[in-house]
Amino acid sequence: MTPAHMLVQEAAPVTVGSGSNAFLEGLVATLGEYLPQWALWLGAAVTGVAIVMGLISLIAMFSVWLERKVAGHIQCRYGPMYVGWHGWLQSIADGVKLLLKEDMIPRDADRLLFMIAPALVLAAIVAAMAAYPLAPGVFFADLDLGVFFVIAMSSMTTIGVVMAGWASNSKWTVFGAMREAAQVVAYEIPLGVALLVPVMVAGTLNLREASELQSDWYGMGWFMFKNPFMLPAFVLYFIAALAETKRAPFDLPEAESELVAGFMTEYSGIRWSFFFMEEYAAMFLMSALAAVFFLGGFESPLTWAAGEFFGRELFVAGANGAKELNLQAIPYHAVAGLTLLIKTFAGIFLMMWLRWTLPRVRVDQVMTMGYKYLTPLALACALGAALWEAGKQALLG
Amino acid sequence: MELSDKLFYGLLAAGSLGALALCTLMGGAGGAAFALFAILVLAGSLLCIWERSVVRSAFCLIGTFGGTAGLFLLLGSDFLAMSQILIYVGGILALILFGVMLSPPDLTERKLPRVLSGLVAVGAGVAFVAAKVASTVNWVQAAELAEPEHATERIGVGFLAYDQYAIAFELAAIVLTVALVAAVYVARRRKIDLQDEGAQG
Repeated sequence: MTPAHMLVQEAAPVTVGSGSNAFLEGLVATLGEYLPQWALWLGAAVTGVAIVMGLISLIAMFSVWLERKVAGHIQCRYGPMYVGWHGWLQSIADGVKLLLKEDMIPRDADRLLFMIAPALVLAAIVAAMAAYPLAPGVFFADLDLGVFFVIAMSSMTTIGVVMAGWASNSKWTVFGAMREAAQVVAYEIPLGVALLVPVMVAGTLNLREASELQSDWYGMGWFMFKNPFMLPAFVLYFIAALAETKRAPFDLPEAESELVAGFMTEYSGIRWSFFFMEEYAAMFLMSALAAVFFLGGFESPLTWAAGEFFGRELFVAGANGAKELNLQAIPYHAVAGLTLLIKTFAGIFLMMWLRWTLPRVRVDQVMTMGYKYLTPLALACALGAALWEAGKQALLG
Repeated sequence: MELSDKLFYGLLAAGSLGALALCTLMGGAGGAAFALFAILVLAGSLLCIWERSVVRSAFCLIGTFGGTAGLFLLLGSDFLAMSQILIYVGGILALILFGVMLSPPDLTERKLPRVLSGLVAVGAGVAFVAAKVASTVNWVQAAELAEPEHATERIGVGFLAYDQYAIAFELAAIVLTVALVAAVYVARRRKIDLQDEGAQG
């Protein structure tokens, strides 16, 4: 076929089954007679993007509600209470409000860049989200470069934020954008190096495979317990992830007490909500990476038990060699997917807890911490973990 | 918008659409994908030298870098494509913007000599690449070549497993480290400088 098949592999819709794109295969089998292949690919890609967008909106809505609840309870109040049971519909009400709000563009802004910036930010995070595995056998894109892809795509959001800050043509936004650029450049290094530690132990960048490797010890063979350098690496990763996602105590790009709202001061309505969706989706992805590469991913004793009881293969070879859906294994995949989701939201909860507990640090303190402490510590961690693994191989063969 | 701007953007849009249509007719979906990324690269570079605002020029580089990553993707080098995005878009472009935003705005007139020199540069670049391609690519042989395989799938972490690259890799690392340390040394303000400034101010 044409090289375009690689394109499709990158931006595929929900893929079921390991290794091959069963969704696309099924689509070609059923509709292949009526539509040309490129139309099917395009349709499948559009479907995939639509599903990821929906997922991001859901995550953002739930996280915003959770954030307000967490903030409320930490400050000895209730948070949203009136719209629905304990205010669970509050985010939907807010979403409708944001859609109806006037979309303002400042007179002196660079109109084109002002309009492109939120879209660029959202597009980057949608692309990154495609690597999130929903269950061991259900994923959008089963990428061999999984974690690398996520880091690369979420680094693109920085450009969108800088663009928004500059295009708004206001001193607050430019300050916010400058801080964002400096901060992300400083913290991308410790983030990547800290992630290198579990990647080194796993020997793979693929999220699904990394999770599979932790299924021993009755579902408790998490990388966290397999190497003594993993715990410091996890702490370093978490701190760097906070800075990458612009979360307190590193929310300097939007420090509201000094910069109004930082890089998004001039934005309103739905464009503003794009930045919010990006922030929560980025938190979700960073937590998901932490869950997959440090905390066992899909694996837990419950997942292990479900796997033993129901079987793990979502697809089995049928009568004439064709793949058939194994309905029995569905509970296992549901439990595994939920396990990862719960671990991810535990990470998000921790981020929120920190936000409402710690004061914001100063700009120079952020830079000092990134360059002088986190980077050398992360490098030391990576070196130690590598030596440990090499020693283990030499001693145990 | 000036006449020259209108002319330039119009020509660029028409050329892009024409190239897209031509490649789609000749190569189908694969051709269209190639055309899309090639247009991103070329249009990004041309816009980068055309735009008067330096920051806008820098933002145009997103297209150039992203399109290059897309071309790598089409060639089956997933790892290279992701590196391109991570390093160039996420890192270097952010640094360029950081530096550019600190520089004063340059809204000078677009003078004829400048436009001419720009045209000469673009023409020379195109001619060089065309000559290089024409002299090195064996079209008869290229037509018979097999599809590129996903040869780089495992290159991510297994990079150092290939013995022939290990020394080159380590050497590059040392060179980069030396450059970084030197840059910090040059850029750093010594205590004496700071004291002097304090005495003056």
